[in-house]
Amino acid sequence: MDLNKSPRRELEIRRLGVMKYADALELQANLVEERKAGRIPDQLLLLEHPPVITLGVRTRNNRSHVLASPQTLEGYGIEVFETGRGGDVTYHGPGQLIGYPIVDLKPDRCDVHRYVRDIEEVMIRVAGSFGVTAHRSEGLTGVWVGRAKLAAIGVRIARWVTSHGFALNVTTNLRAFDFIVPCGLTDRDVTSLEKLLGRPVEMADAEDAAIRAFAATFERHVVSGLRTAAAGPA
Amino acid sequence: MATNVVMPQMGESIAEGTIVRWIKKLGDQVDRDEPLFEISTDKVDAEIPSPAAGVLTDIKAKEGETVPVNSVVAVIGAAADVSSPDTSAPAAAPPSTDGGSAPSNRLPEAAVGQPERAQPAAGAMRPAGEPRRGEVTPKDDLRRQKSSPLVRRIAKEHDVDIAEIRGTGISGRVTKHDILDYIESGAAKKQAAAPSAPGPAYRPGENVQIVPMSVMRKKIAEHMVLSAHTSPHVYSVYEVNFARVTALRNKRKAEFEAAGAKLTFTAFIAKVAVDALRQFPIVNASVDGDNIVYKKDINLGIAVALENGLIVPVIRNADEKNLLGLSRAINDLASRARSKKLSPDEVQGGTFTITNPGIFGALYGLPLINQPQVAILGIGGIEKRAVVIDDAIAIRPVCHITLGYDHRLIDGAEAGRFLSFVKERLENFDEGWI
Repeated sequence: MDLNKSPRRELEIRRLGVMKYADALELQANLVEERKAGRIPDQLLLLEHPPVITLGVRTRNNRSHVLASPQTLEGYGIEVFETGRGGDVTYHGPGQLIGYPIVDLKPDRCDVHRYVRDIEEVMIRVAGSFGVTAHRSEGLTGVWVGRAKLAAIGVRIARWVTSHGFALNVTTNLRAFDFIVPCGLTDRDVTSLEKLLGRPVEMADAEDAAIRAFAATFERHVVSGLRTAAAGPA
Repeated sequence: MATNVVMPQMGESIAEGTIVRWIKKLGDQVDRDEPLFEISTDKVDAEIPSPAAGVLTDIKAKEGETVPVNSVVAVIGAAADVSSPDTSAPAAAPPSTDGGSAPSNRLPEAAVGQPERAQPAAGAMRPAGEPRRGEVTPKDDLRRQKSSPLVRRIAKEHDVDIAEIRGTGISGRVTKHDILDYIESGAAKKQAAAPSAPGPAYRPGENVQIVPMSVMRKKIAEHMVLSAHTSPHVYSVYEVNFARVTALRNKRKAEFEAAGAKLTFTAFIAKVAVDALRQFPIVNASVDGDNIVYKKDINLGIAVALENGLIVPVIRNADEKNLLGLSRAINDLASRARSKKLSPDEVQGGTFTITNPGIFGALYGLPLINQPQVAILGIGGIEKRAVVIDDAIAIRPVCHITLGYDHRLIDGAEAGRFLSFVKERLENFDEGWI
């Protein structure tokens, strides 16, 4: 790809609907390889997961932050997944907007801190588009409103190609977080756009906001995925 | 020619990184740009590719270690300089175990797993870049030593003997997978012994409050599960006419109070139980493997309900006390249990336990044995009932007493004799025993 020809790199959006965590992992792994090989442009996967609790690499052998018993979780179809991402334990489920950017950070964005701060920026902009003022919290990755976490971030980078990403609570059933100590923080709360606004929010609206915020923050040109552009499933 | 692998600078503000996982193990072949290890910084995990092709000859930063940016974490060497016995491989080539075959007769691949500087010919015969496979079968312990530092660390953390694990790795080497499976299956075995859980306790989003158990609650839970799994519990319930004890208690109550003790039904029962334990030593015993351990001391536990739990203080050498002594001990232990002033040794060493579900209104209870004891006496409520005496209906205070016993040691006949003895003594309590 000749970067000089286009001022902005392309970003392909994939709206995947509800996708099982394992399937999303596999898709990401394939896309990461494709991206590394330069066969596809940067990707932003947007989806929801069925209920699942995921453990970051550092918590693989320590599940003390999962409060519910394995029987309780298993019996109700809540999977527990060990992942390759950073971060502690978290919950994903319906009503939560999952974003998995498969983006090549080379050549100008090779800085993992910058990448995480940029993802936070995207989340803050999405919240802002709904009239919610969210912020970073010194030393705590993620996006917060007051002392409550609105969006969680866990990222993996291989040869500067990203995977995993963010989880923004749109209309998430927040009671599900009772199963875990989110991100290992015992004294913090979890919130959602719905809770903050006192009204339901359409997932598609949140997706659109995320696409715009991501494209703006990462200076990418969206080539597909916005409902107003080439809409609909292929 | 060796290449140093350094902790990469993953961002301007990043001064150090933590090694999360070595994807390649010591001695592994790596290609240039093949993922070598994973590092972690602030919610980000990154996979670091090898800067060169060759063999991973040295790992200088272990998993979990945090090192400054640009410090050397590993060395990639040419295939022939695999060494570094200090970190993983045994220092010297293991002695041949297959009797007749001299080193020179071995198949080329057979030597691959060993330090190759000791086997230059064999090393040279292996096509460059071919993965190392099919080692000579060394002695078991030697093979185990070759488990990776990670596996050995896991073994140490979990107090697992690597020799007990069947390895599926090269030459039976125990891999990380093997040991994790082993540990998990060990835990799974323990769980399998438990009755299968009745499904999850609650649904996500269900209107529940989740409160961690107190330390006492956890201990009670553990203890009771242990007891239920340890002893095959059998119960016998006897009805006891408490007219005699009630009369005696009313008669002597004031006298005891003057002596500073409350004369309770429990004290009468304790006195009779101690006598019964003397008579039937198998009830004052424990199981130790295939042995029966008869306890020569009678240390009587009295279960005391607390606000949020239960504790069983112990009256040591209860058989040396008369009714007044037992009354004093019961009053004292119960009040100190409720004010949390018991010392640890006052709740240990019991050989038999009395519990009193009757005070909450139960007709009788079916208590679990307080391990490692083999029996527990439950006292039901004492209430006036219509009873038939010499073909006439009479009103008498009646109490149901239960013996829960471990059928490994105690059969129904023995339990019956024990309870008959207790019933007989309570119904005909001799004032001289006071």
